[in-house]
Amino acid sequence: MMSKTFPMGGVHPDDSKISANAAIEDFPLPAVAYVSMSQHLGAPAEPVVEAGQEVKAGQLIGKPSGFISAPVHSPYSGVVKNVDYVADLSGNKAKTVVIEVSGDQWDDGIDRSGEIKRDIVLSGPEIIAKIAEKGIVGLGGATFPTSVKLSVPKGKKAEYLIVNGAECEPFITSDYRQMIEQPEQLLIGTRIMMKALSLDRAYIGIEENKPEAIEKLRGYSKEYGDIEIVKLRKKYPQGGEKQLIKAVTGRNVPSMGLPIDVGAVVQNVSTAIAVYNAVQHNMPLVEKVVTVTGNCLPVQKNFRVRLGVKLSELIGHAGGVPEDCVKIISGGPMMGKAVYNIDAPVVKGTSSLLFLTRKETARRPESNCIRCASCVSACPMGLEPYLLGKLARLSKMEELEKNRVYDCIECGCCSYTCPAGIPLLDNIRLAKASVLKIMRSRPKK
Amino acid sequence: MKNLIVSPSPHIHGPKSTRSLMTDVIIALAPAMLVSVWYFGVSAITLLVTGVVSCVAVEYLIQRFLMKKEPSVKDCSAIVTGILLALNMPPAAPWWLVVIGSVVAIGIAKMTFGGIGQNLFNPALVGRVFLLVSFPVLMTNYAQVDPLFPGAFSGHAVDAVSGATPLAIVKEGLGKGMTLSQIFAENDFSSAQMFFVRIGGSAGEVSAIALLIGFAYLLVRKVIKPHIPLAIFATVFVFSGILWLADPERYADPLFNLLTGGILLGAIFMATDYVTSPMSTKGMVIYGIGIGMLTILIRDFGSYPEGVSFAILIMNAVVPLLNMYCKPKRFGKEVKNG
Repeated sequence: MMSKTFPMGGVHPDDSKISANAAIEDFPLPAVAYVSMSQHLGAPAEPVVEAGQEVKAGQLIGKPSGFISAPVHSPYSGVVKNVDYVADLSGNKAKTVVIEVSGDQWDDGIDRSGEIKRDIVLSGPEIIAKIAEKGIVGLGGATFPTSVKLSVPKGKKAEYLIVNGAECEPFITSDYRQMIEQPEQLLIGTRIMMKALSLDRAYIGIEENKPEAIEKLRGYSKEYGDIEIVKLRKKYPQGGEKQLIKAVTGRNVPSMGLPIDVGAVVQNVSTAIAVYNAVQHNMPLVEKVVTVTGNCLPVQKNFRVRLGVKLSELIGHAGGVPEDCVKIISGGPMMGKAVYNIDAPVVKGTSSLLFLTRKETARRPESNCIRCASCVSACPMGLEPYLLGKLARLSKMEELEKNRVYDCIECGCCSYTCPAGIPLLDNIRLAKASVLKIMRSRPKK
Repeated sequence: MKNLIVSPSPHIHGPKSTRSLMTDVIIALAPAMLVSVWYFGVSAITLLVTGVVSCVAVEYLIQRFLMKKEPSVKDCSAIVTGILLALNMPPAAPWWLVVIGSVVAIGIAKMTFGGIGQNLFNPALVGRVFLLVSFPVLMTNYAQVDPLFPGAFSGHAVDAVSGATPLAIVKEGLGKGMTLSQIFAENDFSSAQMFFVRIGGSAGEVSAIALLIGFAYLLVRKVIKPHIPLAIFATVFVFSGILWLADPERYADPLFNLLTGGILLGAIFMATDYVTSPMSTKGMVIYGIGIGMLTILIRDFGSYPEGVSFAILIMNAVVPLLNMYCKPKRFGKEVKNG
């Protein structure tokens, strides 16, 4: 069968999945852990523990403080040292519960057996409540609270549940390893979300460069015939939400719209596994599979890491920062964030630590735009990055809005492809933020 | 602790650069250059070398001494202009004519606008048209020149590379009141011959097949999109076909029109110039149709026998308008304001 894909734009960077064959290893518990209260999109959680208090693994330590928010649980047993402000990887300080780790004693009611539980006992609303209670957020990177995404607003109807296993960013393999190591957990997790959305079908989209994952999951088609494994073309940004929905359903999410506007709900594969753990095993979200990779590293790793471990400890386990590495990225090379503070803790959104050398990551010297239209061909949203970049430099807000700068998904295809080395996305990103601010400040009609 | 670089995404860059794209264009022009050297020998070599050297030199000197900035000749774009200018010259043209053309092409058409990427008109074509109107005799002098190996192949093809261009012969014949069948009876314009070897014309137009090989290379390497050349070919074919059907004694057949007068060279290498062609595929198609129509209009109703250069330059002027009105298809419906 032909691989499905989105119709416009996209680029083909080398996928560099050099850590694909490294089985997931449990990362050792740290002596001190830094569990941030801002690990999700929305309002930070409010700590419910105090200095000196003993906590067990899985115990609630931060309660949600708003509709779009999520609770935080302790990944360890130990004693709360204090509640402090600790810098994240960009250097922004966030309220953080610091725990002196003494061991791995789990809270009552959490099932750590690892046995596969196939029967889904809870009802739809109970599932959504459980997912909210266990602090599950979108693990594809956006960390949007999963329960909110599964609660379909009035007047809308969910028709498609799409589980995102595209993993189109080069280098990252954490989703891939989970797909081949925990295929049934993924399928059950998908069924749980189907139940929550009252759907009898779901789709798991996987890029064709992961044939083992596709085969493995298709091997379960007898028991899970209601879940279709969709092979996707290897093209970045195949895993972009709008691009994935287009590839699987043929529908276009409208400008400024949400997937649910076309009846789609998209969840990441690792989110589906977290949902399985939460609903079937009462397990809160306290750990994360993180790929540690880079051509300059002697070893490639996929670690299962408890939240709150310092990035520098992961780096230490990878043999320290290699001599020729000049940039460490949290996430993939196309959309990831450059790490400013290597003492920042692992959070729910951490999926990879990527080490790049100067040769791999050096920016080109900028020269004149030659109007080759490579950026126009590469833009998966059908925008004109050359024009937006120019308008952004001139701060032409009205023109930027007219040319739909707000549609930009910040995938980076334009900057990646530009032969003149123009940092198009840098400029467009700034302009987009300003334009959105202006648009939101207008009185609603 | 060593210092790490912190900058926004994306953190990697694709393999394309201005230089690599221009190098690809030069490679795509190689077959046409080789064929012209084969048929026009030392004359073609002189034209090509003079064109490249003078274009690069003019760009370097202007950037270095007038604009006082780091010269960007390493991007190879001046080399492409030089080659195209040379390929657009009649083989018997003197070398100094190319130098004048280069000064106009780079100095006036490119650098006065701010250098690469900023010019409105295709530099090589501005150079050529300047020469055409300033030195009309020299620019239409298709006198015979020696091939690379004179006498080595005494076949018809090599000997026949001389004389006026087919279009000029046709125009002149029509002007004298002859019919096309009379003109064709006096001259051998078989399509097969024109496809492989032209019977007189600019240095680069001599072989259609060499140009088409270059076209295929550009497409395979994804340097250009096929829209502009294909739109030009289709328009020339259809428009000249209609005229031909209306009066075959007055208007030449579509294939003759396609294979003569630099349609191929112009459509593949000049009309697709990044800087002076539209950004969206819709714009590219309109631009290509415009060039095709104007070419045939100039040929059949104008006073010049050939019209590609003028057609492209006229359409160059329309490009900013096309970019403003031909937007790419956006993803998803437009947001309702509010």
